Amino acid sequence: MAKEEALVINGLKKHFGHVKANDGIDLIVRAGTIHAIVGENGAGKSTLMKSLFGLHQPDSGEIHLWGEKVQFSSPLQALSHGIGMVHQHFMLVEALSVLENIILGAEPGKGILLSYKNSRKTVEEICQKYGLDLDLDAIVENVPVGIQQRLEIVKVLYRGARLIILDEPTAVLTPQEIDRMFEILREFKKDGCTVIFITHKLNEVMALADDVTVIRDGRTVGHWPISEVNEKILARQMVGRDVVLDLVKEDAQPAELVLQIQGLQTEQVNGDQKADGLSFNIRAGEILGIIGVAGNGQDALIEGILGLRKVEKGEILYLGEHINGVDTSYLRQKGVSCISADRLKTGLVREFNVRENAILGYHTGKEFVSNLLFQNKRIDHYVNQIIKEFQIKTPSLEAPITTLSGGNQQKLIIGRELHANPKLIIAVQPTRGVDIGAIEFIYQVLLECRRQNTAVLLVSNELEEVLSLSDRVAVLYQGRFMGCNTPDHLSKEDIGLMMAGVRPEGEGGSE
Amino acid sequence: MISFLTISIIQATVAIATPLYIGALGGLFNERVGVVNVGLDGIMLSGAFAAAITSYYTQSAWMGVLAALTVGALLGLLHAAICIEFKADHVVSGVAINILASSLTVFLLQLLFNNKGQSPSAPKIGQISNLDSIPILGPILNNMSYLTIIGLVLILLSHFFLYRTKMGLRLRSVGENPYAAQSLGIPVRRYMYLSVIVGCALVGLAGAFLSIGMLNVFTKNMTAGRGYIALAAMICGRWTPLGSLGASVFFGYVLAWQMNAQGLAIPAQILEIIPYLTTIIVLAFVAKRARGPAHVGKIFAPSEH
Ligand SMILES: Nc1ncnc2c1ncn2[C@@H]1O[C@H](COP(=O)(O)OP(=O)(O)O)[C@@H](O)[C@H]1O
Ligand SMILES: [Mg+2]
Repeated sequence: MAKEEALVINGLKKHFGHVKANDGIDLIVRAGTIHAIVGENGAGKSTLMKSLFGLHQPDSGEIHLWGEKVQFSSPLQALSHGIGMVHQHFMLVEALSVLENIILGAEPGKGILLSYKNSRKTVEEICQKYGLDLDLDAIVENVPVGIQQRLEIVKVLYRGARLIILDEPTAVLTPQEIDRMFEILREFKKDGCTVIFITHKLNEVMALADDVTVIRDGRTVGHWPISEVNEKILARQMVGRDVVLDLVKEDAQPAELVLQIQGLQTEQVNGDQKADGLSFNIRAGEILGIIGVAGNGQDALIEGILGLRKVEKGEILYLGEHINGVDTSYLRQKGVSCISADRLKTGLVREFNVRENAILGYHTGKEFVSNLLFQNKRIDHYVNQIIKEFQIKTPSLEAPITTLSGGNQQKLIIGRELHANPKLIIAVQPTRGVDIGAIEFIYQVLLECRRQNTAVLLVSNELEEVLSLSDRVAVLYQGRFMGCNTPDHLSKEDIGLMMAGVRPEGEGGSE
Repeated sequence: MISFLTISIIQATVAIATPLYIGALGGLFNERVGVVNVGLDGIMLSGAFAAAITSYYTQSAWMGVLAALTVGALLGLLHAAICIEFKADHVVSGVAINILASSLTVFLLQLLFNNKGQSPSAPKIGQISNLDSIPILGPILNNMSYLTIIGLVLILLSHFFLYRTKMGLRLRSVGENPYAAQSLGIPVRRYMYLSVIVGCALVGLAGAFLSIGMLNVFTKNMTAGRGYIALAAMICGRWTPLGSLGASVFFGYVLAWQMNAQGLAIPAQILEIIPYLTTIIVLAFVAKRARGPAHVGKIFAPSEH
C-alpha cells in the first residue's frame, strides 16, 4: 500500500422515512490526497458527510478513520478526531463578528473567561500562513458570501483539522475566487492534510482532485484515480446514461421590444444591494442573460420590475406601457411570468399540495372558479396536463409539495408560469439545485419559449448556463452593469473579472 | 404643581422597576437561546404566590424567595420541554402557562385559605434602613428592598457572563443559529434547557418581589400585566442586561410619576392610560430597529435540517 488510508466507509445506509438518502455507500480516501465526491443533486452527498461528521446517525455501515473504527454521536467527537467541515449551507452566526465565529466552541482563555486578545493572535497567524485576508471585527451579516466562505475555511483550520470536508464550496464564488480556493486546497495537501471535495461540477474535479468517487441515488457507483477518467465518463456515471447538454440554438429572431428599462434605481431593503442605474432592452424571441455573484442587485432588479420593490428613479416600459409601481397581479395578467430563485420561499407555498401550488396566482381566474367555488374537475384536468407536459414525477395531486424532488418542484413552477402563454419570462436561477435531467429539460423549455417569440430575462450565476442560452449577456456588479455583449464576444476570464468588479482591458463597457 | 423628581418618585421608580428588570433579565435568558416566552406574566404570578404562601407557612421570607425560584424553574422546565422536546409553538405554550397560573393561584387561595382574593399576610423580605444620616443618597436608599440590590447584582453578573465568558458566547450563538452552534460541538439543547430554566427562575424571583418585597400578601392576579411590560423592557433594552435595566427604570419612572400625579386635576382614566401608551409608543419607535436573536421562536429540529 503506497499511502495509508485516512477514511474508509463501508456499506453506509441512512434512510429518512422512505427516502433512501444513503443506500450502501463505500468510500476510500487515501491520506494526503484531494478526493472528489461527485453526484447529482439529491444523490446523498451531504447526507453522507453529515453522517461522518456526527450530525446524523447512520442506520448501518462502518466508518474507519485513520484505521480506527468510529461512530460519532455528535460533531464534537468528529471535531476532536480532526475532522473539519465546510457545510454546503454555511454554518455561521450572522449577528456575531468574524472572530467570534472562528473561535466559537473552542475559545481561548483561562477557565471560564474568554480572551479576545489571544484569539486574535492565533487567528491572525493562521490567516497569514495561508494568505487569507479577513477583517476579524466585521459582523458576519455584513460580509459578502465569498468572504464568508473564507471564514468557514479559517474556522476549520483554527481547529487544526487534518481531514477537511468541503461540501459544494464553489457554488457561491466567482471563477477567480474558485482558482484562489483551489490554490489554498493544494496548499493544505502540501501540509499533509486530506481534503474531501464535494461538487457536481466535473471540470472542478478534473482540475483539482487526485481521486474521484461517484455517487448516484444513494449508492457508490465507482471510484477512480483522476488519470483514468474524463468529464464525459464521469457525467455518464453520475446520471446513469449519456448526457447531451449540447443545445440546438437557432439564430435569434428578435422582434418587437417587450421590456425597456432606463436608469432603474430601486430602494434598498434590509441593507441588500439596490439596483443602481440599470438600463437594458429585451425583444420578443430573445434571451438576455444577466450574470453576477449572488447579492449584487439581482433581487432588487427583479423585484423592481415585478412591482415588489419601490423604484426610486428610472423608467420601466413593458410593451410600451409604463409599469413603474403597478400591481404585481396586473403584470401577471398582462403576461409577465417569473420563475423565482428560491423555490420554497417565493415560488411555492411549502404547506400546500401539488394541486394548490399548480394554480397558485391563477387561483382566482375564471377557468378555475365559478360562483365563488373552485371547479375541481377543471383544476384537476389542468394540473394533470401540466404534470404530463412537463414530465413531473409526483405520487398524486394531493402530495405535499415538499415530497417532490427539487427538479420536479421546479418543473411544476415552470409549468404553471408558462401555462398562461407569457410574453415575458423572468427566470432566476432556473436550474439551481435540480438534477441534470431536469436541467436539460429546463434549457429546452427556455429555448422553446424563445422560438415562440417570448422575451426571456435569465438571471443566473452559472456561467455556462448564461453563456450557452443567452443571445446577449450583461454582467451585474454592485447594482450596475459592468458590460454587455453577445456571448461570443465575451471570454470566461473577462466575465469572471467583471463579476469581481474589475473592468478587463479593452472592454467596451455597457451598451 | 406636577413635580417630576422627588424622593418619593425616585423611591417608587426603584420599587416598580425592580420586578421589571429582574423579569426582563429572565425573559432575556429565554430569548437568547431562541425560546419565546410570553408566559412571563404567569410565571411571575406563580412566583409571587409561591413566595407569599411559603413565607406565611415557614414564617421566613427567604424560604419564600427560594420557593419562588423553584416554582419559576419548574415552569421553565415545563415550557422548555414543550418547546424543545415536543416542538410545540412557543407562544401557545406561553399563553397556556398564563392561563394555568391565573386560574391555579385563585383555586389554591380558595383551597388553602377559603379566600379567592388574597393570602394572609406573610413576613417580608428585608430592607435597607438607618441610612438617614447620609445626605441625598440616604433617603433614596432607605427602605430599599434587598431584592432590588440582588437584582442589580444579577444584571451586572449576567452582563459579564454573556459578553466575557466562553459559555456566554456559546449561549448567544444558540439563539442566533443553533445549527451552526451544533456543528461546532456545542450541546445546543442543554444550553436551551438550562437557560430557559434559569431565566424562568429569575422571573419567579421577580414575582417574589411583588408579593413579599413590595407588599406582604399575595393578591389575585397581582402582576397586572407586569410580565408583559418586562417583556417590552427586554425588547427596548435590545435583549441586553444593561439595556433591560435602563428600559425598566424608564418604565418604572413613568408609572411612578403617574401614581404621583394622581390627585391632581387630571382625570384618573387619562393618567392610567399613560404608562401603557408610553410602552406602546416607545416600543413602536425602538422595536423597529431592535432585532432579537435570529432563531427566536423557531423550532430547533436538527434531524430535519
Ligand atoms: N433531514 C432530511 N430529512 C428527509 N430527507 C432528507 C434529509 N436530508 C436529505 N434528505 C433527502 O435525501 C436525499 C439526499 O440529499 P442530500 O444528501 O442533501 O443530497 P446531495 O447533497 O447529494 O445533493 C434527497 O432526496 C433529500 O431530499
Ligand atoms: Mg448537498
